[in-house]
Amino acid sequence: MNLNLLIILPLLTCLAILFAGSKNAIGIFALTGAVVQLLVCCLLLIRFNELSAGVINGQMLFESSVPWFASLNINYHIGVDGISIAMIMLTAVVVLAGILVSWKVEKMTKEFFFLLTLLSAGAYGFFISLDLFCMFFFLEVAVIPKYLLIGIWGSGKKEYSANKLALMLMGGSALVLVGLLGTYLNATSEATGFNLMSLRTQIIPVQTQLIFFPFLFIGFGIFTAIFPFHTWVPDGHSSAPTAASMFLAGISMKLGGYGCLRVAAYLMPEAAHYYSAYIVGLAAIAIIYGAFATMMQKDLKYMNAYSSVSHCGFVLLGIGMLTPSAINGAVLQMVSHGLMTALFFAAIGMIYERTHTRMINELGGLLKVMPFISTVFILAGLCSLGLPGLSGFVAEMTVFVGSWERVEMFYRVSTIVACMSIVVTAVYILRASGMSLMGIIRNKEFESLTDANWNEKAASVLLLAGILVIGLSPFLLNDLIAPGTEEIMKNVNRVFTLN
Amino acid sequence: MMKNELMLVAIIVILLIMKVADNGKSNSMWIGVINVLLIVNCIVDWLPVREGELFGGVFKSYDLGNFGKNLLSTGVLLISLFSVDWLKRCEHIAEFYLLMLSTLLGMFFMISSGNLLIFYLALELSSIPLAALCNFGLAERKSGEAAMKMIMSSAFSSCIMLMGISFLYGASGTLSFDALTIVVQETPLYIMGFVLLFVGVAFKLSVVPFHLWTADVYEGSPIPVTAFLSVISKGAMIIVFTFLLYHVFGSLSHTWYLLLYILSIVTMITGNIFAIRQENLKRFLAFSSITQVGYILVGISGSSAEGVTSSVYFIVVYLFSNIAAFGVISQIAEKSGRETITSYKGLAKQNPFLAWTLAIALFSLAGIPPTAGFFGKIFLLKAGASKGDVFLITIAALNMIIALYYYLRVIRAMFMDESEESIPKMHSGLSLKFALVICLAGILFTGFFGPVYEYILSLSKGI
Repeated sequence: MNLNLLIILPLLTCLAILFAGSKNAIGIFALTGAVVQLLVCCLLLIRFNELSAGVINGQMLFESSVPWFASLNINYHIGVDGISIAMIMLTAVVVLAGILVSWKVEKMTKEFFFLLTLLSAGAYGFFISLDLFCMFFFLEVAVIPKYLLIGIWGSGKKEYSANKLALMLMGGSALVLVGLLGTYLNATSEATGFNLMSLRTQIIPVQTQLIFFPFLFIGFGIFTAIFPFHTWVPDGHSSAPTAASMFLAGISMKLGGYGCLRVAAYLMPEAAHYYSAYIVGLAAIAIIYGAFATMMQKDLKYMNAYSSVSHCGFVLLGIGMLTPSAINGAVLQMVSHGLMTALFFAAIGMIYERTHTRMINELGGLLKVMPFISTVFILAGLCSLGLPGLSGFVAEMTVFVGSWERVEMFYRVSTIVACMSIVVTAVYILRASGMSLMGIIRNKEFESLTDANWNEKAASVLLLAGILVIGLSPFLLNDLIAPGTEEIMKNVNRVFTLN
Repeated sequence: MMKNELMLVAIIVILLIMKVADNGKSNSMWIGVINVLLIVNCIVDWLPVREGELFGGVFKSYDLGNFGKNLLSTGVLLISLFSVDWLKRCEHIAEFYLLMLSTLLGMFFMISSGNLLIFYLALELSSIPLAALCNFGLAERKSGEAAMKMIMSSAFSSCIMLMGISFLYGASGTLSFDALTIVVQETPLYIMGFVLLFVGVAFKLSVVPFHLWTADVYEGSPIPVTAFLSVISKGAMIIVFTFLLYHVFGSLSHTWYLLLYILSIVTMITGNIFAIRQENLKRFLAFSSITQVGYILVGISGSSAEGVTSSVYFIVVYLFSNIAAFGVISQIAEKSGRETITSYKGLAKQNPFLAWTLAIALFSLAGIPPTAGFFGKIFLLKAGASKGDVFLITIAALNMIIALYYYLRVIRAMFMDESEESIPKMHSGLSLKFALVICLAGILFTGFFGPVYEYILSLSKGI
């Protein structure tokens, strides 16, 4: 199967949108593109499952490589393993849901869908790249569309948030760039270039690793809101239009986690072990700080944005622990959080569109007037607080089990701190749902509001289905990603076999 | 071998004759004739030409230099195309082109020069008409001031350069580059001569701390001249500069690595910090071009074939991006007289094409993919990093954030801010659109098309 399809399809959709005449046509093109993309991704999943049964665990499939800048050893090299497939599926689902939710965008419709589709092309490209240069290219492609989406279609102090987001993400990319150049120049063989697969087999000198690992990890970490560089998340997410928030929290933050795992930890295992305690410490702070900060929020979008900081902390915690189950859990958490937070932002967007407020204390009794949206909201909340049967539980549980395998005192304490955040999560989720959805209708105008439209229902059902599938039969996702994480673990643990 | 130069001389002579035999031709007629001539010139230039030497090594034709010349011809054509509206009301159109093409001729000779004397003469040929060009906003005081500053700083830098040349001559007894290549060593006299020569070139490139003339001259000159100054003049200078450093002064590479190291850091940071505070777009682009030169110096400091390639590659990218930006700005200044960032508020509503073109050009200057600027910047940093200095590339990479900040200011004004008195919808002429579309194609496709880089690499092997 040709993986280029994953990038070409969105680009074709972009072109179609560019030349579309009416507003309706633009929406239909964007929607068709996203649906076809999802179908292609499903097909990819099926083909991958068929093929991966017969090959060695963790091998990249559907690989292809075309020279790009031959003299610099830069190739357009793509391929997927289970982890990439999981992320690609996540992207396809979230993008489709995002397009469905923003069906009624009035202002500069053409540009909106164009940028949204372009953004998705960047994400697909990132997840299938096996060449560090391509990966970096796609990572940066996504920055400017985000800036424009927030700055043009956002709400609140949108220009400030857009600027903050663009500059901090650019800062992340700059650090990644330095890390990549460092890796490239210290590769022992010239022919390796930026190729991830051959860099892996080279042992980068430990001294070099110690210098460049922080660049790579913090650089990618900024995308995943590593503490203390998480400040773009609350502003960016809450100012963005609904679809962009869904994309930002659902996919964009996962680019960082994926990069930390696939590039930083994979290529520089010795440094990963060396810095593991720092990562775990920062992640634990992010988790507990994010949770408490969430509790103080009065704005629903800010609430969800801060809770994203807290939940993405689990991803970094899992990676920092460097045990097989923890890393598995980190990947599970990426997928689960992507779906859950996208659903949450979609529900908040629907509520905001009708009530024109996101303040928790101004809402109330919405369950009576819009039962569907409220149910979706509650389900997303329950997933967020880790109710068994939904995906959040599976992911967080795996991270905790994996973390517990590290017996040192510091790791134990960090794990316990992280666990405590679940209680805080329960507090803010239940309080927010209670105040905004239950009780009496505080504002008389709310009584005449309508429930979800067909497009909003479709988007919610799509995301909910993902959450339920992972929650009820976690082995499906786990079997998909396990060979990939084992492969990464093999490299990470070479430290011990070497010594 | 002198094809490019002969073509230019021919055009200049034709223009002179036309001017002498002028019987009240209208400006549009002039523009038509000249643009046709420039298109022919551009096409002929891109035909292949042999390498070799003329006049006993005084004139050298080498592939990289010829590539640079062709690039500059293309750039001049694009500038001429986008400034049609301005030229239509220009009183001395023939003189404008005569001066511009003489400058270009000087640059061609400078690129091809084989000894220090012809290098110096060509440099003068390329800078004196340029000062006259700066004065072409005849009704404005600022334009006169710009010309004055330009001529003073040129004269000053020429003096310093002459001093350096005389030192080098005194030490070696020769003016020829080939002979110098062999005899130059790291002795104080040679280093002294080299540093003075270096300073002269640095003036032209507006490397900090020799940049003080740049912003005022850019602001005062008419926009086509500003574009010429910032793209063509710098492009030519970079090619000469790499040739001098790599070919003639290759044995002094320790000295110039240190110089480039310090100057590139200072240039990037100063250019960036001053650009943040600019309101006038011409000044803004002046400081942004100073920053870009800083990046080019990082690339050149790599001292490998990759260093030459990445800097020439960056010139290609920079040419398209900057000309696109100047094209939009010149159109808006011409039609509405506005040149400040604040007055661009709400541009995207009425003039989406101009706004998106400017946005893409600025993204390219900021080094954001998928524009070619991204590739240009990465290759420069990569070439610079080959010396293994983490500090230099970290500074360069972090400077990209500051740069993004001020480019985003313009984007924000155009797309996000609302304004009561936003620029009304304006009609852009065909030639402007043509120039902008070519630039856009260059910005969007140069990067994806790997062979461009390989081609430049194959040319720069000779140096």
